[in-house]
Amino acid sequence: MQIQDTPSLKAEARGLNFYYGEKQALKGINMPIYDKKVTALIGPSGCGKSTYLRSFNRMHDLYPGNRYEGEIRFFPDNSNLLSPDVDPIEVRMRVGMVFQKPNPFPKSIFENVAYGLRVRGENNRRVLDDKVEHALRGAAIWDEVKDRLQDMAPNLSGGQQQRLCIARALATDPELLLFDEPTSALDPIATGAIEELVHELKKRVTILIVTHNMQQAARVSDYTAYMYLGEMIEFGKTDEIFIKPQDKRTEDYITGRMG
Amino acid sequence: MKPLTTEQIRAVIAKGKFRDNLFKAMGVFCLALALLVIVALIADMVIKGADRFTLDFFLNFASRRATQAGILSAWVGSLLVMLVTALAAVPLGVAAGLYLEEYAKRNWITNLIEINISNLAAVPSIVYGLLSLGIFVYQFGLGQSILSAGLTLALLILPIIIVSTREAIRSIPAMIREGSMAVGATRWQTCRYHIIPYAMPGILTGVIIGLARAIGETAPIITIGALTFIAFLPPVPYTEISEGVNAGLFDWVMSPFTVMPIQIFNWTSRPDPAFEVNAAAAGFVLMAMVLSMNAIAIYLRYKMRKNIKW
Repeated sequence: MQIQDTPSLKAEARGLNFYYGEKQALKGINMPIYDKKVTALIGPSGCGKSTYLRSFNRMHDLYPGNRYEGEIRFFPDNSNLLSPDVDPIEVRMRVGMVFQKPNPFPKSIFENVAYGLRVRGENNRRVLDDKVEHALRGAAIWDEVKDRLQDMAPNLSGGQQQRLCIARALATDPELLLFDEPTSALDPIATGAIEELVHELKKRVTILIVTHNMQQAARVSDYTAYMYLGEMIEFGKTDEIFIKPQDKRTEDYITGRMG
Repeated sequence: MKPLTTEQIRAVIAKGKFRDNLFKAMGVFCLALALLVIVALIADMVIKGADRFTLDFFLNFASRRATQAGILSAWVGSLLVMLVTALAAVPLGVAAGLYLEEYAKRNWITNLIEINISNLAAVPSIVYGLLSLGIFVYQFGLGQSILSAGLTLALLILPIIIVSTREAIRSIPAMIREGSMAVGATRWQTCRYHIIPYAMPGILTGVIIGLARAIGETAPIITIGALTFIAFLPPVPYTEISEGVNAGLFDWVMSPFTVMPIQIFNWTSRPDPAFEVNAAAAGFVLMAMVLSMNAIAIYLRYKMRKNIKW
């Protein structure tokens, strides 16, 4: 009897190239993203990991001159997220994102979380109340803000703001959640809270996280991908990548000889 | 080079500080000079016009006798023209600015449009008057009305509103826009829930600066043919204007009118020196209108900005 479960695929990059104008930022990336797992993207600054992450919700479409080649297959429906026929707004409704710097809107805590629902046309107060509470609980910030939902979000501390942004993304039940260095602007305690949260969240949602911090990748992720100069150098289970990297460049980076 | 002794360091600092203070003194002097001019101007108008600061002055129509002449038709005309100007220029200007910042692709056409908007801001106001005389007054048949004047001034301040709208939008960080788009919002939802509300304080400032400029404009209004002697008010909606006939809701926009600067200009050009008193008093009222508009703008901006931070 097989004990080890083979996880199902949530998404898969196939031959992904990306260009900022003439400059190629991603080169032929192939990589699976497994369902309900945390996948970490590591690599030195400028290696393209954020560029790669932002391809998953078509964030690059907001700016002119950006171009994708190849595919990101999204399962279970096997659609290609990058296809010109697929509306980027539809993609962003299914794929949530948390940014490097907490970016709450200058509105109330409640409105920040309810925003995604309002965008979807939900205006029923009871439904909004329910979903906002559920999302805030999911982001482990409910107890801190439940008595002041009408307070302005930017008055929260940095760590709270980031958890609020996670709640904002969770409120609309995304299938895949993208984290772009979510703790780089936070202190160690707030960072610990976010990492714990990521661990908790993978029961519900697939997570792809960019991090500069290798300990963080080792702590939170099931799979790790090492990127360098726009290429995917190595992908594997986090334990294997950190203990026994196959590629010399991965080893150099992980052991701190480069980066 | 040998390290400086403590005395030498102090000498260097003293020299630096002297220049510091010199510049500070010069700055204060220049500021005081500018303030003095405006205070002197206002004081002059107040002193000269002191005799006319009565309720009657505000409630009387123009008259051949200086002591009985008032500014009723002028200030009502100014307010109504400003209302038309604001209603026309604000939606147009904000929409144009929003489109240029949030929707338009960057290419040579948008660059050309941008350059032209800056150029429009520099067009002399009399040229707008000539344009309006041809288009609004004759072509569209709007006549020498409040509507024509309002639209003329709207054209005049449109570039100011567009530019300030764009600047206000540009000061919103990209991460707010991205945060909104990332949950699946459309461009319009992002504009409606975020860009427009957050840009509002800046837009408002531009609107008021524009209106403050418009309220003092004389040349284009004269060009389109505002009257200088008016002894009636535009019809109030739904009141009787003649035997059994009620005014419609918008009849007032087609009414002849005069405005404050024209009234002042008219009085200063009279030979009778008694009218100079009227002109000074009216000048002060116009000044007070502009300053109170600015005060409202500052207050509203302060109120709105308090809740917007990132």
